[in-house]
Amino acid sequence: MIVELGHFMLILALVASLYQSVFPMWGAVNGDTRLMRTAAPVAHIIFAFVLLSFVALTYAYLTSDFSVLNVAENSHSDKPLIYKISGVWGNHEGSILLWVLILALFGSLVAGFSGKLPQNLKAATLGAQGWVSFAFLLFVILASNPFLRLANPPVQGRDLNPMLQDVGLAIHPPLLYVGYVGFSIVFSFAIAALIIGRIDAAWARWVRPWVLISWIFLTLGIAMGSYWAYYELGWGGWWFWDPVENASFMPWLTGSALLHSALVMEKRDALKVWTIFLAIVTFSLSLLGTFLVRSGVLTSVHAFAVDPSRGLFILAILMVFIVGSFVLFAMRAPALKQGGLFAPISREGALVLNNLFLTTATAAVFFGTLYPLLLEAATGEKISVGEPFFNLTFGPIMVPVLLLMPIGQLLTWKRSDLKGVTQRLSLVFALACVAAALLLWAEGGRQVFALIGFALAFWTILGSFWELVERVAPRKVGFARAWHRLIGLPKTVWSTALGHLGIGVTALGVLCVSQFESEKVLVMHPGETTSFQEYQLTYEGFEDLAGPNYQERVTSYSLSKDGEFVRKMHPSKRVYVASGRPMTETDIATFGFSQVYLAVGDPVGQSGLVTRIYHKPLILLIWIGCLIMSAGGTIALFDRRLRVAAPLSAKAHRKVANNTGDQQSAQS
Amino acid sequence: MTRKQRRLTLIAMAGCALAFATGLILFALNDQIVFFQSPSDIAAKAPAPEQRIRLGGLVESGSVVRGQNETVTFSVTDGDASVNVTYTGILPDLFREGQGVVTEGVVNAQGTFVADQVLAKHDENYMPKEVADALKEQGHWQEDAQSANYE
Repeated sequence: MIVELGHFMLILALVASLYQSVFPMWGAVNGDTRLMRTAAPVAHIIFAFVLLSFVALTYAYLTSDFSVLNVAENSHSDKPLIYKISGVWGNHEGSILLWVLILALFGSLVAGFSGKLPQNLKAATLGAQGWVSFAFLLFVILASNPFLRLANPPVQGRDLNPMLQDVGLAIHPPLLYVGYVGFSIVFSFAIAALIIGRIDAAWARWVRPWVLISWIFLTLGIAMGSYWAYYELGWGGWWFWDPVENASFMPWLTGSALLHSALVMEKRDALKVWTIFLAIVTFSLSLLGTFLVRSGVLTSVHAFAVDPSRGLFILAILMVFIVGSFVLFAMRAPALKQGGLFAPISREGALVLNNLFLTTATAAVFFGTLYPLLLEAATGEKISVGEPFFNLTFGPIMVPVLLLMPIGQLLTWKRSDLKGVTQRLSLVFALACVAAALLLWAEGGRQVFALIGFALAFWTILGSFWELVERVAPRKVGFARAWHRLIGLPKTVWSTALGHLGIGVTALGVLCVSQFESEKVLVMHPGETTSFQEYQLTYEGFEDLAGPNYQERVTSYSLSKDGEFVRKMHPSKRVYVASGRPMTETDIATFGFSQVYLAVGDPVGQSGLVTRIYHKPLILLIWIGCLIMSAGGTIALFDRRLRVAAPLSAKAHRKVANNTGDQQSAQS
Repeated sequence: MTRKQRRLTLIAMAGCALAFATGLILFALNDQIVFFQSPSDIAAKAPAPEQRIRLGGLVESGSVVRGQNETVTFSVTDGDASVNVTYTGILPDLFREGQGVVTEGVVNAQGTFVADQVLAKHDENYMPKEVADALKEQGHWQEDAQSANYE
């Protein structure tokens, strides 16, 4: 009964979103206040319906109702509670439902938290959000219904893929989806601006919190996914340039560009059309990602068993939204009032360069991701574009980005002095070179390229805080005053510094791991000791244990560093009872920011065991950098200026009224 | 600078960035692309030594020799031809005889495929697409066996 109610709620949500797609938008275009006013409550209603429907599906999982096909295929009554809950989105249908839930959540948030928005912009934004909701609800109901019943329910379910029975599944997809889908609201704002025909600095100020939220969650989601893959897959890799990873990385790149271009728009009333364009591109890439992941055109960790008709459906949605929004863009953008111009050597000039390189990098990733698909469609030839390709294309494009970051931070708005700024940064440059040389010397590296890379990372790290140091000037005013100044600095200065610091830290981690990581594969017998870098590892034996829904062979190793005992390590092999699928669990020992990573393989002979050891120097910096970036984003979110909506002057008000009036006459 | 000059500067910069990226992509495409081949392809025309390829097919039943040392050997077959593969490391959990697999590496002088990556399918119902296509081509695709379903 509850399952049928959930299904029914979805249909109600579809109807409500159909209303949302048509009437508030109609009202916004024709200035009908009554229709526009309905937008906010309907957004809440859609969210409530989808939420209830999601709760109904969760209920089916919690009660192990195997008469529901989706539950029977992906759950098991012995599964621990947390995986019963996270298992709701550990399959195609459920994950799309989560997607729609977050879509509706964002609609509801905009309806609830933007009282100061002009009514027509709000109604048109929610209307555009209604289009997206309608399309995806239709997809869920017609092609991907999680509430289908089975005529002859099995006694027991088939269980969730063991790889997904991990706390990562509870965290990674929701974070990632909030990021991914959050950009839908930015897209809707852009569509609304195009339809209403007005865009200004205030628009940028309204949109920026939504860009920030999406970007923060996307950053965390990608980082979490990367760490999950690292410890779960047992290959010791943290990024594979897998098409699905790229699919989440591309919106992150354009989202980062959007974050910066919205800043220029807000401060200088420039780059307007470009910002709108980026908003559309970012969400298009999110949709493309959904298509790549959920259509099964790709071989990937993320692909669930696939039904081709679904791929076509998502492709159709993708085409309609991308083509539709670009046609709208092409028609309306020329009519938007062009923004101001600016000098090349200025903060905004540097931000333009940032946008240029970020979009170029996106283009390179885009090409590498889709080229194999296109080539196969065109010639039937199958190729794989992997890590070497991306290292060779994406890597060099990032060099100018890192190089310019500290410089751009010190340039002033409007007009600046490049020579002065480079002089101010000469100390940073010298320090970065010294730090890089020291690190390379300590780790015993020799390559020139590594030296340049490390210098670049340190340059970004040190440079990110140089603005703070200069503003506070501790040597001039003494430390007590300096502390007061530091606390009193505007939030934007802090958020920029942290955001850039995070990039530098991640870059340092990436370079360190790729330069200095090492691995060893060998067969070990009980009592045998192997030494590896400064570590010694002794294999002690194993015991067989029973988990809640698996049998486990837990091995025991003792790890020493420089002859001193550190800890026991217990990597294991599991076999899940319900599915009979094996699963390797790794064990990781952390030393500062570095890790020793241990995975076990097949038994050899009587008592031997294949053992794989990795040393990953400074690898944690990769994810710590992401956390720092997100912290920077969060501080920006609490910037007072974003919360206080810019009041429109009387003159601007009249202009708005005229603009909408113009369109009405143009339309009629 | 006038408005026009500034705009031209911007366009020129964008052009440079794009040219730079295009150059990189073309260079990388020349060098860093890995072709997918089936065992029959390799039997028909042996790839150049040191050329990285992706080899896909089924793990031949009875061919897996493990437990000797840290190196595992097996054959990958598409029904018509098979290729011997060696791999040092830990095989993925879902690697099994008679199941689909994709490996990446180079063919050595003895004609053995030395893999440094082995990807097995991630799901019971799931067959790597390249493998499925290759099997279909060779006429060894069994629709029922591959898509066991509830209904």
